[in-house]
Amino acid sequence: MDTHAPAILVRDLRKSYGDVHAVRGLDFEVQRGEVFGLLGPNGAGKTTTVEILEGYRERSGGIVSVLGYDPGGRPRALRERVGIVLQSSGTYRHLSVRELVAHWAGLYPAPRDIDEVIELAGLRESEHVRARKLSGGQARRLDFALALVGDPELVFLDEPTTGFDPAARRAAWETVRALADLGKTVLLTTHYLDEAQALCDRVAILKSGRILAVGAPAQLGVGASSRYRVSWRDESGELETRETADPTALLHQLTSAALARGVGLEDLSVGRPSLEDVYLELTTEAAPERSDEPDEEPAR
Amino acid sequence: MTDALALTWRQYRLERKMFWRNPSAAFFNFVLPLLFLALFGTIFSGSQKDLDIIVPGIAGMSIMTTTFVALAMNMVFLREQGVLKRLRGTPLPSGAYLGGLGLHAVTNTFIQLSIVIGAGALFFGVDLPDRWPELAVFVAAGVFCFAALGVALSHAIPNFDSAPAYVNAIFLPVIVISGVFYDADNAPAFLRDIAQALPLTHLIDGLSGAMVTGATFADNLSDLAIVLIWAAVGAVLAVRGFSWEARRG
Repeated sequence: MDTHAPAILVRDLRKSYGDVHAVRGLDFEVQRGEVFGLLGPNGAGKTTTVEILEGYRERSGGIVSVLGYDPGGRPRALRERVGIVLQSSGTYRHLSVRELVAHWAGLYPAPRDIDEVIELAGLRESEHVRARKLSGGQARRLDFALALVGDPELVFLDEPTTGFDPAARRAAWETVRALADLGKTVLLTTHYLDEAQALCDRVAILKSGRILAVGAPAQLGVGASSRYRVSWRDESGELETRETADPTALLHQLTSAALARGVGLEDLSVGRPSLEDVYLELTTEAAPERSDEPDEEPAR
Repeated sequence: MTDALALTWRQYRLERKMFWRNPSAAFFNFVLPLLFLALFGTIFSGSQKDLDIIVPGIAGMSIMTTTFVALAMNMVFLREQGVLKRLRGTPLPSGAYLGGLGLHAVTNTFIQLSIVIGAGALFFGVDLPDRWPELAVFVAAGVFCFAALGVALSHAIPNFDSAPAYVNAIFLPVIVISGVFYDADNAPAFLRDIAQALPLTHLIDGLSGAMVTGATFADNLSDLAIVLIWAAVGAVLAVRGFSWEARRG
């Protein structure tokens, strides 16, 4: 098999529900071993895109290749090599974590070691707890465990931390990083910028079914917006903030004035434009459009 | 192929394990037909003729509860919970999954019928079935028919909260009209006509033939044909409408 071919290749992907266009011509690639993020507000088409790649939905047009397969026909060979964490999905309530992981392992040709997966997902303490008694965070860990037990090459994570408390989010991030360290390819969707920034090698920003920008989070920040944010406390103790394209000149001005007066500059900070700035700039520049991703979608 | 069979067996084992994990559900699943048998058996205790009607009737009803009722409720629940969607993303073949569910229903039916037939013989003096091949064929046809119809019905049920209402709205009238509790031939003509169109009536006729009257296949061939026609319709609707995902919103 050609290991240099991208794990995911998407060309002019389109999806319509009647005359509602949820996805309007996406192009992107995800390289093997990469953590790639689809970032965008609700209704941007993230879940529709991921569910087409997972084989849950049929596309209306375009070319899609996942590990060299067309996911449209849901080939079993592809399902054996992919792990899926859905946005929300229940499981058998009367089975314990360990029983569930063991059962799922049996569905795959070359599963990972069950203890290893339980450890990786952070479920060691709750392995004998029945699924119906798990907390929200633990249930999400179980989602991860069930997606990983088949030892997939590619893992889909659809909004993996939505609704989490900060500690649970950190734990989930650790799991994603562990996946990356194992050399897995990860495609995740999120509407959290810090999440995209913390986890992704590259990010595509989606809005209304189109990609507005693609790139590494740090580069996106520099490329699209050139405004630095400089803030300090003035003589009266007020916090001042100014945006500038030329932070060097502003800083020189500020520091020389302070030195001349013989005082310090309290709380001085210089902020590089973050992904958040780019994101807000890109996704709010047009008047807010109505959501093009319908709540009700015919499932296959 | 052997792989698909192994996965079917795995799914079956899992269904059995989960069934017994929820003992109260398992208990009531088996106890309802027994309760009816005890009640009507007591009411009819003076008349062997009535008892000979009630035992095959309850047996037919048992097939409907262990397949139709159980599957319709279960499929709606699993769909709404997102379990079906999750399974859809694994390499588990659909056939292996449904096969496992089907075997599970067959096992429950087998247990249930053993209890009903045993209790009928023990407490109500109804002879043990004398035509086992006929009994087996009718039970198999009944299981397939009502399992398919149960899965088909699950597609029409919008969410789990409304599932009991939908299921009972069909199940309760059908068991009354089809003559579970009395000889359907004694009902008013218009009810008799409706009963003649329903599969449970013919399943009970077949069971009655195998268990009580000693009728042969030749006598009950039309009954078997009608059950199989319903089975075919159910199977088509079950497969056609199958949805792995809850309707959202």
